[in-house]
Amino acid sequence: MTDVNATPAVQTGETDVLMPELLGPKALMWRKFKRHRIAYVSLWVVGLIYLMALFGEFLTTTEINETNRRAPFAPPMGISLFVEQEDGGSEFLLHAKGLKLELNRAERRRTFVVDPDKIIPLGFFVKGYEYKLLGLFPMDRHLFGPKNARDRVYFWGADRLGRDIYSRIVMGTRVSMSIGLVGVVVSLFIGVSLGGISGYYGGWVDNVIQRLIEFIRSIPTIPLWMGLAAAIPLGWPPLRTYFVVTLIVSMIGWTGLAREVRGKFLSLRKEDFIVAARLDGLTDWEVIWKHMVPSFSSHIIASLTLAVPLMILAETSLSFLGIGLQPPIVSWGTLLKEAQNIRTIIQAPWLLIAPGTMIVFAVLSLNFLGDGLRDASDPNAH
Amino acid sequence: MLGYIYRRILYMIPTVFLVSIVTFLIIQLPPGDYLDTLAAELSDSGGLDTGTLEALRDQYGLGQPMYVQYYKWITGILFHGDFGLSFEKNLPVNDLIWDRLGWTFGISLLTLLFIWITALPIGIYSAVRKYSFGDYAATFFGFIGLAVPNFLLALVMMYVAFKYFGQSVGGLVSPEYIDAPWTWDKFVDLLKHIWMPIVVVGTSGAAALIRIMRANLLDELYRPYVVTARAKGMSEFQLLMKYPVRVALNPFISTIGWILPTLVSGEIIVAVVMNLPTTGPMLLRALLVQDMYLAGSLILIVSLLTVLGTLVSDLLLAWIDPRIRYQ
Amino acid sequence: MPQIPMHTDPLVEIRDLRTHFFTDDGVVKAVEGVDLDVFANRTLCVLGESGCGKSIMARSILRIVDAPGRIVGGSITYRNADGRTIDLAKARNGSKELRAIRGQDIAMIFQEPMSSLGPIQKIGKQITETILLHRPMSKAAAKETAIEMLDKVGIPKPAERFEAYPFELSGGMRQRAMIAMALSCQPRLLIADEPTTALDVTTQAQILDLIAELKDEFQMGVMLITHDLGVVAEVAEDVAVMYMGKVVEKGDVYSIFEQPQHPYTRALLESVPRMGMTRRDRLPAIRGMVPHPLARPSGCTFRTRCDSFMPGVCDKTEPPMLPVGKSDVACFLHMEGTKHD
Repeated sequence: MTDVNATPAVQTGETDVLMPELLGPKALMWRKFKRHRIAYVSLWVVGLIYLMALFGEFLTTTEINETNRRAPFAPPMGISLFVEQEDGGSEFLLHAKGLKLELNRAERRRTFVVDPDKIIPLGFFVKGYEYKLLGLFPMDRHLFGPKNARDRVYFWGADRLGRDIYSRIVMGTRVSMSIGLVGVVVSLFIGVSLGGISGYYGGWVDNVIQRLIEFIRSIPTIPLWMGLAAAIPLGWPPLRTYFVVTLIVSMIGWTGLAREVRGKFLSLRKEDFIVAARLDGLTDWEVIWKHMVPSFSSHIIASLTLAVPLMILAETSLSFLGIGLQPPIVSWGTLLKEAQNIRTIIQAPWLLIAPGTMIVFAVLSLNFLGDGLRDASDPNAH
Repeated sequence: MLGYIYRRILYMIPTVFLVSIVTFLIIQLPPGDYLDTLAAELSDSGGLDTGTLEALRDQYGLGQPMYVQYYKWITGILFHGDFGLSFEKNLPVNDLIWDRLGWTFGISLLTLLFIWITALPIGIYSAVRKYSFGDYAATFFGFIGLAVPNFLLALVMMYVAFKYFGQSVGGLVSPEYIDAPWTWDKFVDLLKHIWMPIVVVGTSGAAALIRIMRANLLDELYRPYVVTARAKGMSEFQLLMKYPVRVALNPFISTIGWILPTLVSGEIIVAVVMNLPTTGPMLLRALLVQDMYLAGSLILIVSLLTVLGTLVSDLLLAWIDPRIRYQ
Repeated sequence: MPQIPMHTDPLVEIRDLRTHFFTDDGVVKAVEGVDLDVFANRTLCVLGESGCGKSIMARSILRIVDAPGRIVGGSITYRNADGRTIDLAKARNGSKELRAIRGQDIAMIFQEPMSSLGPIQKIGKQITETILLHRPMSKAAAKETAIEMLDKVGIPKPAERFEAYPFELSGGMRQRAMIAMALSCQPRLLIADEPTTALDVTTQAQILDLIAELKDEFQMGVMLITHDLGVVAEVAEDVAVMYMGKVVEKGDVYSIFEQPQHPYTRALLESVPRMGMTRRDRLPAIRGMVPHPLARPSGCTFRTRCDSFMPGVCDKTEPPMLPVGKSDVACFLHMEGTKHD
């Protein structure tokens, strides 16, 4: 694909003939994509989410496994800008109001109330727990948090052990979003290989692979996943569980991709430029990788983008049921598991709302992005 | 047409075979065999004589090569309808599952109906009035529907119903009706409950189908045959319904094939959240305690019924689209 | 020489018709000021290269131009059997009045017989549907008429074909079925948009003969859109040559073929291989390419490729349509006072 931004030759011998500027396919695609506003914004959102996954520790306020016996189910704290002075005026100070437990006699249980006297000053680039940025550079600075490292704030509330939901969600992003990515890479590999073989060679190979895909698509995924995931021994180290869950999740995702690749191969196989490449004596491998794949790579990128959210949802569902990732791994799914029964939700709705919003937000922007990419890569799109 | 039916049923055989193999593998996945677990269980409660144990060992072919075990398992199901024992409940699997499977498929089919009734008109509207406010609204809700995992939707709806409407949540009927015989009141009570799982399970499917219908119809709306119909003097509504919608409907119908598995999947996970008396909670429980014959049987039957549903949808498609029939 | 029926009023009078496409890249002036008359019982061939706007012009008559195309000016006056006139260009889209004319008074057949018939409805049903739309008839009577029409267009075993699906017929048979459908209400004007382009040569000739035959039988006007000079020579009585959305020359077929006046018409006719040419003769081709539709040349649109281009004249104003001999021509070469040589 070359960019044809230059004015094409007009063989009239005239110089005053106007030709509108013609854009190359990539530039056209980019222009079409940018016109899809929501998709364009989503590109940035998805970028930010992955940055959040990369630099997770920097963004957190509290170590994710740190429990606090004085803050079980602590509600979310607001951020205030001004403190009232004794003389009645007010002074600018970024802070959060502390919480204290009070006995609610009517309901006969203890509830949290805002403690107006306890002011927790907040600041940027504050000192906190130590970590390694990107797993490499030892650091103890955090983007935003209490100025005093001993203070605790719960922007999005705390769970039953008093762990900070906000920090856990930030760190869960890494697991949930990377499962999508890794799963998609696995899907890509299987899907493109099998789909390519199927479409390029046709005949009985095609038939067998098509039957296999039909088989996988015709069985309900959740029971199958459940069956496979339930077989993961509880004693396995978290990393191994993570990879097996990823594999299980990607087992389904590749079929759609394989079908699409096959369709493209089937239609391309008869195209003149492929026949010409073959007649030039290129090997099958060269024809596939030099001529066929580039001609539909943008389409594949779009399909992959649309597959990521499916995998994220699959992981979330399995972990939610308690047969996917297991604690101490923190993912959006395991976080939601905390909100499994209605009584907990009523007591601490933020356990449901915070991770739920995050999932919907991520999946939504990935879907928008994939949709925009697909529209842009399809020259015949309406 | 007959040839097509034969071929389609023939294609189903390897699928069914594969389903049974995968199920069998899932049954075999947990370490140790079923009788070890059973023996351990029973020895706690007074022990089991070795004769019975041996008889069972022989019946399931345990300790013999894998293919013998598979053969015994599958022939037991095929010729005797014997799905094995649930060791947790100590009852034949047969006695436990059919009620729940009925509910699962009942809810799935009702959901399918719900999806069709909502997705079809909205999809058509969205395509015909492309880029209108309604289209944007439908597209937006479609994306939301796809992005919210259905268990999350279930939780949110239960929370809202409980907090703001004070409605009892979970189950298919109110507690007082659970063991009551079927009466009109119980039926009304059922209707009051059943809409929630249907909406929850159906939302993402409806969202997907709206998008599919819209895309299909947009593909057809500018075809030459539409211009022909317009040039004949048909009114826009008439020609829309008779030509492009009719053509766009076919790929739409073929989506039953994949929507049914996702509905069954969705029903299972939503049932766990909403505590419905269907397959979901039973399957999850069986998997967690590794009651593998029960879990395996549920997976097998749910998968088989889905495959069967796909077959029916394919035949339906062939019936209404002559181009497929004549291939 | 055929007598030109100047005394009869034309069926359709197109005046200064302009149909534009509002695309993201700019306004494409597909039809830019077309004047044309179509008479009953005569065959008018509209000739032009692909992209010259001839199809859009034809579709404008029935108001079936797809978005983002729109008629932005001019009039299309249709005179019905009672002598009443209606301006199709101004009729409300989708109005009953317009729909009653479509298919009944003016019918159209298209280039792609493969995709112009509904793919999953039986041929017979599509024809009876047209009849029932415009004629108060029972279904059985409509079926009878449809089978009669299928027979008339030369489809063997019409009663059987009535039950056939489009994909079961060959391209030629489908085009015949299309014609049967178009003529089922005995229209007064048949617009045929490149009806033979997608067919093989022998079938082409058969279809053209069929159209000519049916024209005589039904006394209808025919507007045939084509880029094929052979087709024009075979069936045309009147010819209009279009270039970049304008008619540059029109007249009866003999004048056009024997004394082409516009440089474009001449060049077109010269680019056809003739018997008696030797191997060493080069086939003349029209210089250059059609300009990009978004970059219309100023003045005469053909000037960029014209051998008789007169700087200072042709690029200043558009040439008006003036009678030259028996034809009407839009070219400065034929205007007094503008000729240089």
